[in-house]
Amino acid sequence: MNETALLIAATLAAGTPLALAGLGLLVNERAGVVNLGAEGMMAIAAVTGFAAAFHTGNDWVGFAAGAAAGAAAAAVFGWLALWLYTNQYATGLALSLFGGGFSAFVGTGYVGRKLEQSAGVGIPGLRDVPFLGPALFRQHPMVYVAIAIMAAMAWFFYRTRAGLVLRSVGESPESAHALGYPVRQIRMVAVLVGGALCGVSGAYLSIIYAPMWVEGMIAGRGWIALALTVFATWRPGRVLLGAYLFGGVTMLQFHLQAQGVQLPSQFMSMLPYLSTIFVLVLISRDPLWIRLNMPASLGKTFHPGS
Amino acid sequence: MIRLEGRLAPSRLWSVLSPVVAMAITVAVAASLFALLGKDPVRGLEVFLLKPWSGTRALTELGLKATPLILCALGLGLAFRANVWNIGAEGQFLIGGILGGGLALVITENQVPVDRWLFLPMLVVAGAVGGMLWAGIAAFLKDRFNANEILVSLMLVYVADLFLSWLVFGPWKDPKGFNFPQTMNFAAQTGVPRLVTGMRLHWGFILALVAAVAMWAFMFRTYKGMQLMVGGPAPAAARYAGFSSRWALWVTFLISGGLAGVAGALEVAGPMGQLTPHVSQGYGFAAIIVAFVGRLHPLGAVLASLILATFSIGGELAQSRLGLPAAITGVFQGVLLLSLLACDTLINYRPRWSPR
Repeated sequence: MNETALLIAATLAAGTPLALAGLGLLVNERAGVVNLGAEGMMAIAAVTGFAAAFHTGNDWVGFAAGAAAGAAAAAVFGWLALWLYTNQYATGLALSLFGGGFSAFVGTGYVGRKLEQSAGVGIPGLRDVPFLGPALFRQHPMVYVAIAIMAAMAWFFYRTRAGLVLRSVGESPESAHALGYPVRQIRMVAVLVGGALCGVSGAYLSIIYAPMWVEGMIAGRGWIALALTVFATWRPGRVLLGAYLFGGVTMLQFHLQAQGVQLPSQFMSMLPYLSTIFVLVLISRDPLWIRLNMPASLGKTFHPGS
Repeated sequence: MIRLEGRLAPSRLWSVLSPVVAMAITVAVAASLFALLGKDPVRGLEVFLLKPWSGTRALTELGLKATPLILCALGLGLAFRANVWNIGAEGQFLIGGILGGGLALVITENQVPVDRWLFLPMLVVAGAVGGMLWAGIAAFLKDRFNANEILVSLMLVYVADLFLSWLVFGPWKDPKGFNFPQTMNFAAQTGVPRLVTGMRLHWGFILALVAAVAMWAFMFRTYKGMQLMVGGPAPAAARYAGFSSRWALWVTFLISGGLAGVAGALEVAGPMGQLTPHVSQGYGFAAIIVAFVGRLHPLGAVLASLILATFSIGGELAQSRLGLPAAITGVFQGVLLLSLLACDTLINYRPRWSPR
């Protein structure tokens, strides 16, 4: 019983970085922009956030620095893809490659440094409830922040005028432009928000989850987050659920090892990647289903007519 | 305010000039970065860009580094032109290396007497089969289930990496290797024949150049190659002409995967001589940059490979001589690709000054 509670808790902790990044990417994809630079933005933010937290001793300064770094990296992408009309796929890929190199370069001095472990405080009152306490209410605050962001995003997309405008920009930038909305500016804001959330996700990984910096520590989570938006058919709630599902898969390997399952650790570590492929296959089998749900202008360059 | 105005036809001038300008931007960024880090920029650039080109030994090392880049980038250039996004060359490289290394291991363990020149074609075939197998998974899942090939080929990189790690930590570990995660050293007869005595440069470099010429002939001198080229920029026209996009998917994935696999096998049997967890130094990803900088053209890929190889060796030299982290290579690679994409805008657009 107690072990199950711990497994649930670990799943939430492992799913949170995927949820944060996935929700961020969802914002810019809803506006019609696909940013394959997630992995790079997260890497840059992870090292920036770690450095900030290391020098100030404050995790929240670290998160803020991570968000700023992610947004700055996204700004480069946005400027190229939205104002210079570069191919979104190639540009995002370039950002991922750059981020990997840049973070390794900047982070050389931080390898092996340790942050002070901040003990999970949890929610007073609820944290001592049997089973539910250890399972749900002793998490790092960022876990609850991710849930709040999901709720806020769902409300924003479907209940506000601004959300409607954002979605219309993603569905038909030409119509939005004809109605007088500044398509590129709206998309840029969405790209920046996406970068900032990917940044928080990267900082969470290096400050809380690991907690350390090492080259390549994002380990494909940016790409899995990109896949998540597809699995979730671009809905915020499903992104969160999908993230927890993948968090669970990540945790499953440790659980199986504890249960004495004789499988080499490398094969266990393959699980998140293999399940990403598996779920992609499941969800993509019906092209119509994807086409109905995908923002219609996703990945296409928009040229404001003049 | 500067406004971009579409050109009626793509500018041939800028298509050639763009990589040159991007390179200039990268050099400027490099010089600034050296200065920022308190190093003499002139000395920094000398170590980073010129030293890899001075002397016979340096030149052969350059060719050695360029070999896997050329092979991987040739296939990627073809795939990207056909609008097929194979991002997983790194994984295909690793599986090719595993199969090639496995073959060398079998020969070593059983002390099979085989001539180096006889082993070379076997090695190439093993590498190609490995790379094609791995690329074939992504092609199959795209073809059969419409699964996004970018994400699938990329996820397979991590799987290949873990698989290699399992092999060298587990069943293929050298029993006399002091528990290091590596296979035993391959027998001498499995080595790739050297090109220059005393240097590590091997015949794989010549093979890569031959492959580049063959790729050029395929792309621009055959009907099948032309079909692929049309499918990228004008899928609707290609469909109308009856060119199959499924065919393009399979052919480009298998060719690019096969070439990456060959690169992996040559690297393992050539300079490495054993399998370790670190078979690739990111060749498959660097090759993406090579492909774009080389204008998705086979001969451009050769030139761009030499540039990226310079960066890579320059990074190592910057570490040993200037005390900078070798990871600086990755920064310059990224800057090069980002500035190239920015400069490429000028191929299709003309900047216009409009008072507003």
